Amino acid sequence: MSAPATTNDLSRPRGRALPGLIDGTLVTLLLGAAILWFAPVGMGRYGTYVLSLWLVMSIAVMGLNLTLGYAGLKSLAQAAFMGLGAYTTALLTTKLGVSWYAAFALSGLLTFAVGIVLGFPALRVKAHYLAFVTLAFSTLIWLILRNEQWLTGGVFGISNINRPDFFGIKLFGALEFHRFVVAVTLILAVAQWWLIRSPWGRAFTALRENPIRAASLGIDTRAYTLLAFAIGSAYAGFAGALYAPLVEFIDPSPFSLSQSFFLLLMVVAGGAGYLLGPFVGALLGVVLPEWLRFAGSLYLIIFASIVLLLLIACPQGVSGLLERGWTKLTGRRGGTR
Amino acid sequence: MSQVLEVSNLHKAFGGIKAVDGVSFSVKEGEILGIIGPNGCGKSTLFNCILGQLEPTEGAVKLDGRDITNMRPSALNRLGVSRTFQLLQVFPELSVRENLILAGQEHQGSMLSRLFGARDAGLTDKAEQMIGFFKLGHLADAKAGGLSYGQQKLLDAAMAFMAGPRLVLLDEPAGGVNLTMLGDLKERLRAINAEQGATFVVIEHNMDFVMSLCSRVIVLAEGKVLAEGTPAEVRANPAVIEAYLGH
Repeated sequence: MSAPATTNDLSRPRGRALPGLIDGTLVTLLLGAAILWFAPVGMGRYGTYVLSLWLVMSIAVMGLNLTLGYAGLKSLAQAAFMGLGAYTTALLTTKLGVSWYAAFALSGLLTFAVGIVLGFPALRVKAHYLAFVTLAFSTLIWLILRNEQWLTGGVFGISNINRPDFFGIKLFGALEFHRFVVAVTLILAVAQWWLIRSPWGRAFTALRENPIRAASLGIDTRAYTLLAFAIGSAYAGFAGALYAPLVEFIDPSPFSLSQSFFLLLMVVAGGAGYLLGPFVGALLGVVLPEWLRFAGSLYLIIFASIVLLLLIACPQGVSGLLERGWTKLTGRRGGTR
Repeated sequence: MSQVLEVSNLHKAFGGIKAVDGVSFSVKEGEILGIIGPNGCGKSTLFNCILGQLEPTEGAVKLDGRDITNMRPSALNRLGVSRTFQLLQVFPELSVRENLILAGQEHQGSMLSRLFGARDAGLTDKAEQMIGFFKLGHLADAKAGGLSYGQQKLLDAAMAFMAGPRLVLLDEPAGGVNLTMLGDLKERLRAINAEQGATFVVIEHNMDFVMSLCSRVIVLAEGKVLAEGTPAEVRANPAVIEAYLGH
């Protein structure tokens, strides 16, 4: 008996990258970074903060996009991993005087290691069973953050988290720190761009589309499953390490299970399996609510309606919609991946 | 010639149903062995037990004298064992070329070198050769999911050969393939067998395909070996005629 091919409906396809080292996605990333570098001019502190928050959330969504969108593994623990990164950075910098850069690296390493451990159930259980395993982990982390007051400060959180220097340049101001966030986001986005277009990316796609066939071609599905989980988790850890100095105060609430669902929504709404999808998804999740402030208490209803309509019109998310439009315009695929 | 594959007293039961019931056979280097039998006789289950996708209830499988029973499919593939599936198993969202590169990439260097090395793992030329060899030249950039059934079958077979395997298990390669493509497929398999000395085990229902391609045929019925011999011997075996060929 042969197993049938499996396809993940959440994570369809993706245009073909242009040949050569430079492709449309890389150019978009570089152009986007250049625009975002100057974007906050005249925006004020709050506007700049929202832009930075958008980028930080984009990093966490990028990680989940790798785990879910490319490798097809459903995780409900991305906010918990972000919390691990944020608290690791906050504790190391405020209590132990470790530099932010070392704390950033350690946050990534810790979440990578925990991602490997949490990835093991993914070798045995798939789909919603795996989602339940990660849901349990998410709840566990949130309980630790809330209840272990001696370490995490409990509901009072950790305050006075300083922003780092960059070769002697103080990044305390909103604009300076925003530009630092742009640079870190660009580095992580280019790293993921490289990963996805490498043979590893092809193996992740194979894992999502047909793990049985993938294994028969020599692809070590165990190793790639663990790597997809671990790298995706490390991105959340990096996002947390940036989030802590951005807000300068952290408590458990932004790392709860509902936030993991929200991150999942951003992956799907932005376009799972599209490299630029996380930026679009996080834009919907972070910036759209700001634009809807005029609606007062109705904003959540309007926000939910927009997302629902979007997903009905295009289950592949905004990136899928853009790709469809691009294909119609030019008669070929590409451009948004 | 040495034995490439040895299957000894292989059993596989699903509850009370014995899908494979004490099957033993061996395959010599460079041989093309056919396995035939009616639907449900255990052919694909036998393949899946040999290839580590199902755990045999009893018995052993050896590759070049080395015990490979229950070895993981990915590890087996890296030892030079490849396969095709009864149902189509290409990656529909990848192009024909990308499918072929994927089929060979894990045999190139280490995991780390594949991350930092060339995007095509140095396999574009090999993929192009294979595309030409299986007459898929005009479809190299097309998404595999958009190909006809027969073309996907050819791609599926081509993927099995990307890593230069020494043993290939083909599960109904001719199923659903039209006569012209069937001729192409048979010709390609013969050429690979002759030029590269690759050893094949072929499960197939198409008797003409099996009898003209294979040098030896095993007939399975109800999970057991019913008969074994050259195509001519099998055709003339009264037990086979009664159980399977039917006339």
